[in-house]
Amino acid sequence: MVKERVIDALAEVYDPELDEPITRLGFVSSCEVSDDGDVEVVLRLPTPQCAPNFAFLMAADARRVVGRLPEVREVTVTLEDHYTGAEINAAIGRGDGFTGAFPGECVDDDLAALRELFLRKALVARESRLCESLLANGATSEEIAAYRLEDLPNDVPDAQRCVELRRHLGLPDHPQAPAFVLPDGRPLAPADIERWLRTARLVRMSLEVNGGICRSLLQVRHGVAIDDPEEVLR
Amino acid sequence: MYEKDGESYFVVDAHQHFWDASPDNWVKGQEQYAKGWIECFHAYMGLGPPETHWPIEKFMKYSEEDYVHDVFEEGHIDAGVLQSTYLKEWYTDGFNTVERNAKMVEKYPDKLIANGRFDPREGEAGLKQLEEDAKRYKLKGVKVYTAEWYKGSRGWKLSDPEAQIFLDKCKELGIRNVHAHKGPTIWPLDKDGFDVKDIDVAATSNPELNFIVEHVGLPRIEDFCFMATQEPNVYAGLAVVIGGLMHARPRFFAKVMGELLFWVGEDKMLFGSDYGIWEPKWQVEGFIDWTMPDTEEYSDYPHPTTDSKKKIMGLNAAKLYDIEVPAELQLQNGGTPAAKDDAQLVESA
Repeated sequence: MVKERVIDALAEVYDPELDEPITRLGFVSSCEVSDDGDVEVVLRLPTPQCAPNFAFLMAADARRVVGRLPEVREVTVTLEDHYTGAEINAAIGRGDGFTGAFPGECVDDDLAALRELFLRKALVARESRLCESLLANGATSEEIAAYRLEDLPNDVPDAQRCVELRRHLGLPDHPQAPAFVLPDGRPLAPADIERWLRTARLVRMSLEVNGGICRSLLQVRHGVAIDDPEEVLR
Repeated sequence: MYEKDGESYFVVDAHQHFWDASPDNWVKGQEQYAKGWIECFHAYMGLGPPETHWPIEKFMKYSEEDYVHDVFEEGHIDAGVLQSTYLKEWYTDGFNTVERNAKMVEKYPDKLIANGRFDPREGEAGLKQLEEDAKRYKLKGVKVYTAEWYKGSRGWKLSDPEAQIFLDKCKELGIRNVHAHKGPTIWPLDKDGFDVKDIDVAATSNPELNFIVEHVGLPRIEDFCFMATQEPNVYAGLAVVIGGLMHARPRFFAKVMGELLFWVGEDKMLFGSDYGIWEPKWQVEGFIDWTMPDTEEYSDYPHPTTDSKKKIMGLNAAKLYDIEVPAELQLQNGGTPAAKDDAQLVESA
């Protein structure tokens, strides 16, 4: 039972580059809970060379979300089969930030700037999927620009995630806020939609392709086959 | 030359390797990195058709006979550019050095070109080495890998002032083509290692040089496209795009090609097999056969013609490397791949 809650918590950890939960990507290779409530999570990325900064964020976030559960005592998160695994694991174990893992090699201890950059890309990608789907259903540019968050179908994961991303970014996320905004929060004007969509769908394609390559590599290396990412391609 | 349906294609493989990643070449104490690097490449091979997969032992060090068979005899390659990647912290004699590549060029001078490399962190000694390499091997191009680990540093940027000294040296030595390969680490480590902004800076400051961005900036293909559309001297290296996606993820492949054709254009895209990661045969044959899907989803994208494919598969790279193309293999309508000047005209229009 505790294990289920731990897995649920881990589903809140997103790969910052792909904006997908690490559980869906197959990055959690094992999760053990002892009778006393000690949790051991092992993360495994598609390659040992995956970028250390993103690897660190996922490991640190995993430790944080699991540690928040009241029924959990100690949390150990281990990144396996990674070039900088030793540095990252030691720092995470000590509760250090990124500079603790790589002293002298970085400045931004909580990787806030990097995280924000990718949250913005994720928002663009998600909005473009929503926008394309609305256009395909006959919406006009004027209607899209007039959409509020509350008008989006609330059973669509992209819509829910857009609200979360806006909250993380400090952008308006109340129900009456415009549904489609530029990465800096300005509402999208009807006249700009076509041009915006041309670039936004490139960002979306990039994220989806990267997710596809990550899944392919995990499948080749470890026989892990999960959720075909092409399902998101419409 | 490759012939299909009455059309003949001159094929230039602008990105290929002849490496030695065998255990004998692993640096003592650094085995996990040397092994991890080649195993990662081997996993990428798994994205190609199953009948083209090799066992890891062969993949670590393939022979000259393998190379000649896969590239020239079976692979339809008329001319190849052997890229250099040193990684000497992990591989004693380097992963694939210009010396190793040049030995192949000596044997097949009509078909091969060896590219050198530089690393601005090597300072004066590196500059001297670049000069010697350029003279000895008549370099027309270099490959730079910005994520290489070197004496405690995990990377560098093409926009570093030290890098400009090396780019100036390239110009002085007649090196025109810079193949930029980004990787997962950079200095400082909290920045996005794959970011291509530094190539943008270098391309703007060095209009005499051509910057070929390998694997089209993947995983930052969007940033690459936004940059390439503004920089007349930035080219898309298709290594990994064809090898990693055409078979494994055909719908993604079509989308990536569509975006590249739209943003970068068919005059600035270069085929590269990335051999030995993938054999060229299935890539060349598959790409010539490939067409943009004829459905609504892809209707916005440019649909490549036979001429587009001729440019991408060889004519564009032949131009960058002054490779002579037989008259019958040129574009028959008299057109030639657009030169940098043409692109500038469009840019300033």
